[in-house]
Amino acid sequence: MTGLRTTAGLRTMTGHPATAATRTTAAIRAVGLRRSYGKQLVLDGIDLEVAGGTVFALLGPNGAGKTTTVNILSTLIPADAGEIQVAGHDVAREPDAVRAAIGVTGQFSAVDSLLTGEENLVLMADLLHLGKHEGRRRAAELLERFDLAEARQKPLAAFSGGMQRRLDLAMTLVGNPRIIFLDEPTAGLDPRSRRVMWQIVRDLVAGGVTIFLTTQYLEEADRLADRIAVLDGGRIVAEGTPAELKRLVPGGHIRLEFADPAELERATRAFADATRDDEALTLQVPSDGGVSSLRALLDRLDEASIDVGGLSVQTPDLDDVFLSLTSHHDEEAATR
Amino acid sequence: MSELAIYLTDSATMLRRNVRHMRRYPLIMFIAGIPVVLMLLFVYVFGGTLGAGLGGVTGGRAEYVAYLTPGILLFTVAGAAQGTAIAVAMDMKEGIIARFRTMPVSRASFLSGHVLANVAQTMLAVAIVIGVAVVIGFRATTGPVDWIAAAGLLALASLALTWVSVALGLVSKSVETASNLPMPLMLLPFFGSGFVPTDSMPDPLRWFADVQPFTPIIETLRRLLLGGEVGGGGLVAVAWCVAITLLGYLWAKRLYDRDPAR
Repeated sequence: MTGLRTTAGLRTMTGHPATAATRTTAAIRAVGLRRSYGKQLVLDGIDLEVAGGTVFALLGPNGAGKTTTVNILSTLIPADAGEIQVAGHDVAREPDAVRAAIGVTGQFSAVDSLLTGEENLVLMADLLHLGKHEGRRRAAELLERFDLAEARQKPLAAFSGGMQRRLDLAMTLVGNPRIIFLDEPTAGLDPRSRRVMWQIVRDLVAGGVTIFLTTQYLEEADRLADRIAVLDGGRIVAEGTPAELKRLVPGGHIRLEFADPAELERATRAFADATRDDEALTLQVPSDGGVSSLRALLDRLDEASIDVGGLSVQTPDLDDVFLSLTSHHDEEAATR
Repeated sequence: MSELAIYLTDSATMLRRNVRHMRRYPLIMFIAGIPVVLMLLFVYVFGGTLGAGLGGVTGGRAEYVAYLTPGILLFTVAGAAQGTAIAVAMDMKEGIIARFRTMPVSRASFLSGHVLANVAQTMLAVAIVIGVAVVIGFRATTGPVDWIAAAGLLALASLALTWVSVALGLVSKSVETASNLPMPLMLLPFFGSGFVPTDSMPDPLRWFADVQPFTPIIETLRRLLLGGEVGGGGLVAVAWCVAITLLGYLWAKRLYDRDPAR
């Protein structure tokens, strides 16, 4: 399904069919990516594969190596080892071919704060050789789309973080990149600006763009990403869809509430592996929270004619995944 | 587009960016103002005595204005180069540099844009300083061809010193360092023939003053503006400028191309 979306999306975005390279290879592929700063090993051989037209989230605590990964994939810094292809091109051998296909919005504002919003966008258009007329048209379109009319004629230094972030992303989009790297795109934004940013990401993906984002917000990864990799101490410690990751962590259960202790007693006998709480009159039945297991549970309750007061499904959220996968490194990181 | 065409197009774009910065936050009054103040100080405070020491026919202040102006012009060029080190160091601290590096942009164009903008600004400052010099009595006694040659030499010197300044801006870890590192460039006209003839100096200093690059450049300017045979000294001046430009360019390019994370 994702494959279909990619091809169709690329056609609408760029106006020409996807090249052979993008059809046959993943948007981003890295094998055995390693990098150290001096003696400190930051990335210890990581493998990544991102399908075109999907959102891939690299999740990890501070200092895990997320920004280093983005910097290497976006040709900003070289890797010490590893085979890396972005948009079908090797980042070490054909950096300019990679650069022509990608857009990068880094963790720190990459706008020219001495220029106005419009001048920033036109600067990008000029550097991409879009031509004077097309550059201005594109700048006007992006100012409109990102609600930046206010920043059009004024230097940016005075504007809010949310607005600078939006302009930053608008500058990334001037060249219609097929693959976009977003390094902590919502760090430091208020909840409303964060939601605006999420919607922008969704719109981009709907247009066929591949998004590689890093975040330390689990909610963000959960809401946006098709696949998530958890990076910790320079290694990928888990990778999968949000649902797959949640299944990695035990703790999902169905909670049954009862009106009187007798019913609780009967239910306890029906579900041998459940945990009972006499004070709250509840029973916790281990479950993956899926529809079929829920149906099976209801069927069993029916058969035994047990009268249940209330029922709720508790699935582990990504916080549980994150903490259980990365917790052992937190103390190390704190002492560094 | 060929690689050269891309380099030229991107350099023009970067030049426009830097010119915009300069127009929005003008420093030209400082860049021209400091040499003007120095010139007034030397002419009106020291000029009477220094001019008498030159041993010319007219003697005194009027003679010293003529002697000093070429040196002050090169001092203006050196002082203006400092601004580039600061501007480059400031850019390197900002996220925008990472953006440029991850775009399919000619890499040297970022540096060229800074250099070209500064050479243009320097020539403007030079024009202002010459204007003040004329007001206080300086008269170029040669013809337009020599004046154009003098302007060309000043532009070449500006190109050379600005490339060095770009490298100094790149090698600096902070903007403060970047503003101090080019300082010796501004002192070199003093340790040359910029303010007094070198033969009035003690031997070791005189030796240094005669061989250092600023002296042949100043002497050539002096002859182009006031008359006299330019001769082989002109070639030496141009050779120094070309050599310094090349070294500054290669050093800056190397610094810019190094891994920004190390």
